[in-house]
Amino acid sequence: MIRFANLYRRLDATTKTNQKVEALVEYFSSVDSADAAWATYFLSGNRLSRLVPTKYLRQWAAEVAGIPDWLFEESYHSVGDLAETISLIVPPAISQSDGSLTDWINTKLLPLGTLASDDQRARVIEIWNETNTETRFVVMKLITGGFRVGVSKGLLIRALAKQSGVSPDVIAHRMMGQWQPSRESFEALINPDETGWEVSKPYPFCLAHPIPSEKDIDHLGNPTRYFAEWKWDGIRCQIIRRESQVFLWSRGDMLMENTWPEIESAAETIPDGTVLDGEILATDQSGSVLPFDQLQRRIGRKRVGKKLLSEVPVVFHAFDLLEKDGQDIRQLPFRARREQLENLFTNVNHSNLTTTEVVHVNQWKTLADKRSRSRENLAEGLMLKEVESPYSVGRTQGHWWKWKVDPETIDAVLIYAQKGHGQRANLFSDYTFAVWDDDVLVPFAKAYSGLSYQEMRQVDQFVRQNTNETFGPVRSVTPKLVMEIAFEGIRKSKRHKCGVATRFPRISRWRHDKQPADANSLSDLHRLIEIHQEPVGGQ
Amino acid sequence: MQPIVEQTSAGLYCPIGDFYIDPSRPVHRAVITHAHSDHARYGSRNYLSSAEGEQLLRIRVNADAEFMFVKYGEAVDRGGVKISLHPAGHILGSSQIRLEYRGQVTVITGDYKLEPDPTCSPWEPISCHHFITESTFGLPIFRWPSQATVQDSINQWWKTNQEEGRCSVLYGYAIGKSQRLLAGLDPTLGPILTHGAVEKGVQAYRDSGIALAPTTYVNQTLSKDLYSKSLVLAVPSAHGTAWLKRFGKISTAMASGWCMVRGWRRRRSMDQGFVISDHVDWPSLVKAIKLADAEMVWVDHGYSHVVARYLNDNGQPARSISRGSRTEIEDEEKMNSDLPTEVVS
Repeated sequence: MIRFANLYRRLDATTKTNQKVEALVEYFSSVDSADAAWATYFLSGNRLSRLVPTKYLRQWAAEVAGIPDWLFEESYHSVGDLAETISLIVPPAISQSDGSLTDWINTKLLPLGTLASDDQRARVIEIWNETNTETRFVVMKLITGGFRVGVSKGLLIRALAKQSGVSPDVIAHRMMGQWQPSRESFEALINPDETGWEVSKPYPFCLAHPIPSEKDIDHLGNPTRYFAEWKWDGIRCQIIRRESQVFLWSRGDMLMENTWPEIESAAETIPDGTVLDGEILATDQSGSVLPFDQLQRRIGRKRVGKKLLSEVPVVFHAFDLLEKDGQDIRQLPFRARREQLENLFTNVNHSNLTTTEVVHVNQWKTLADKRSRSRENLAEGLMLKEVESPYSVGRTQGHWWKWKVDPETIDAVLIYAQKGHGQRANLFSDYTFAVWDDDVLVPFAKAYSGLSYQEMRQVDQFVRQNTNETFGPVRSVTPKLVMEIAFEGIRKSKRHKCGVATRFPRISRWRHDKQPADANSLSDLHRLIEIHQEPVGGQ
Repeated sequence: MQPIVEQTSAGLYCPIGDFYIDPSRPVHRAVITHAHSDHARYGSRNYLSSAEGEQLLRIRVNADAEFMFVKYGEAVDRGGVKISLHPAGHILGSSQIRLEYRGQVTVITGDYKLEPDPTCSPWEPISCHHFITESTFGLPIFRWPSQATVQDSINQWWKTNQEEGRCSVLYGYAIGKSQRLLAGLDPTLGPILTHGAVEKGVQAYRDSGIALAPTTYVNQTLSKDLYSKSLVLAVPSAHGTAWLKRFGKISTAMASGWCMVRGWRRRRSMDQGFVISDHVDWPSLVKAIKLADAEMVWVDHGYSHVVARYLNDNGQPARSISRGSRTEIEDEEKMNSDLPTEVVS
């Protein structure tokens, strides 16, 4: 456990990827496969299901530290991380006990979930009594299930590949899906025999790069190098059709079962040995696309009921073919894959399956015009894909580009602030913004990102000097600061006080040049909703 | 209990003796707890401070002022108020101010710590009726690790950097923290270099009779090879500046109580954080208040509301007198403005 805590500390202490890879390689070479399996499991973003309610953990930590509950909460607001607050507030142990990561998980952590709360308390305090601050922090991260340490899956794969000598692609492939943290599965992960995988395994997704601004289009060269298609706001999905079975995988490496029954049954009409990449979109009866929040109603449900199935019908829009007749064809140029995809679809006739439309033009102007019509087509912009490129793993630069339309913006006034978490602990970095409704400021969006660290510090100081009221962790401040808020979509909402909900609100810039009176109004927001012309659906 | 000091816009004021303690703007008569810039401000007519801190105060404030430097424990009368200064253990010359008037004793701690520090006189408890304490680190998450362990890990970090051909850059306040760090370094490991602001502080300490390991002021370019063996003591404002370029490959570290918090450490984008503070941590604060055994505690600077509430909950009458909270940001500004940094190029 101490070794794993040290790994965490080393990963946490540096932002340099080489040093992270080095720390991982050293760790993997020094522990047995069972520990390596658990480390892989946690570092790839998995967590133990919640073992102890955090409410109790707070209470016990306060008891052991001999402080009242409110003081624990004050400390938590300053630290911004529950596991860390607990690790700091409970006095450090006189001596540490060690033991393998696997032992800790099997004998100390997992059993917690099955105990009554008195026994949980005794076991948790026992753990605190045998850990120093650093080890305890990592253990509490495992118990509270919030383990994150700036290691991307790609980085982990690089380290595993470096340590085992197995190629990164194969490791990435083997890690997808429901990977079990056992000695056997870790050994399978780094097995030098690179052939054969399970029937359900998808391919690592190819991701697109954003085109930072209009002028960067020039750097992309001749437009004939690209196929263009709408960039939809749907659920990215691979359809795996092998050995008469169907598997749907989302980009978060999640096997989606029972969420899209109509697509699962539609996929049975395609030949075995096929893998499609595409986007699931909600459509209304007439076939036009519905906004993302409609699609969202179907996610995260164990079963999708009849009502929802008829209100939010979905269609899979295929844009790439990765496997044909059981052969991995990702190395073929996109042009050829696309041709095979279209050939395949001449024999597929199902209303829940279609292909995207690609255009191939020789003028950027033509594409720019098409892009400017994105909103009315409920698209986010255009995708540009290099016709000669293979299907690459991850966010490889230069093959796929997303050319989004500029976001909508609104000038709003900062009215509430709250301290952030993690890296922004003890810094007022989470803000609520308001617009005018006659002469009243009504909150309409929360934004957490977009300011530089320097700017955040300035706002932090402003908040401390201009606090009017404190509601728990939230400060209400004198409305003085105006910021431009950008967002992707806007719609009416009954759940929001102001009657409007925005999608992905963030700060695009600080309007030092504007006074609160210059901020936009609620009626401006309503006007935007009309422009967006979103079809009214469902609720 | 009738307090003999009051909180004013310029800081704590004693109307009977007509003097301010650590005034925030120029006044006629100032009593100074210690020579950090947020306590010892330029422009007053008359300064009363400790003899131990004379050298430090003189480089901080106007030379044309009147000065009175007293030994610890020596009493001075101001309008019937007996003023005496007692070691606070924060930095060289730092004092707690003890005021006695008609048998009633008030103690203003200034900044203080309870741990031993080889570069200044140790803090001593003073029992009193009215205790006015700082609370920069007044949350139970702040509990300083053993200083010997931290010093070992600093020397270990230096050694590791040497092995990897990296110059070690250690940031701390120019006055107090840097000298305390210097006292904990193992000078047999390699050369210890100083940033201009730190060197000035080191000189003032030496002039005050504090023996410190030899240092080399970085005013000329040394060989890259020598840099990779060196440890540089610098002010945090030097982080990320061109001044650092001369050292080639570096590893950076910050020495501060704030390094206790992971988010704070990560925001500074430094390679290491060492928990070394010249303020009281939570257990020391609680202990000091207990030892003061006062009828009333006023809490200033930092988490004053939290500490006052905690004390009241535990039967110790207390109230917060801070007008804002001194946070890490002000704390950091203090570090940055600590002394003119003439060598930043």
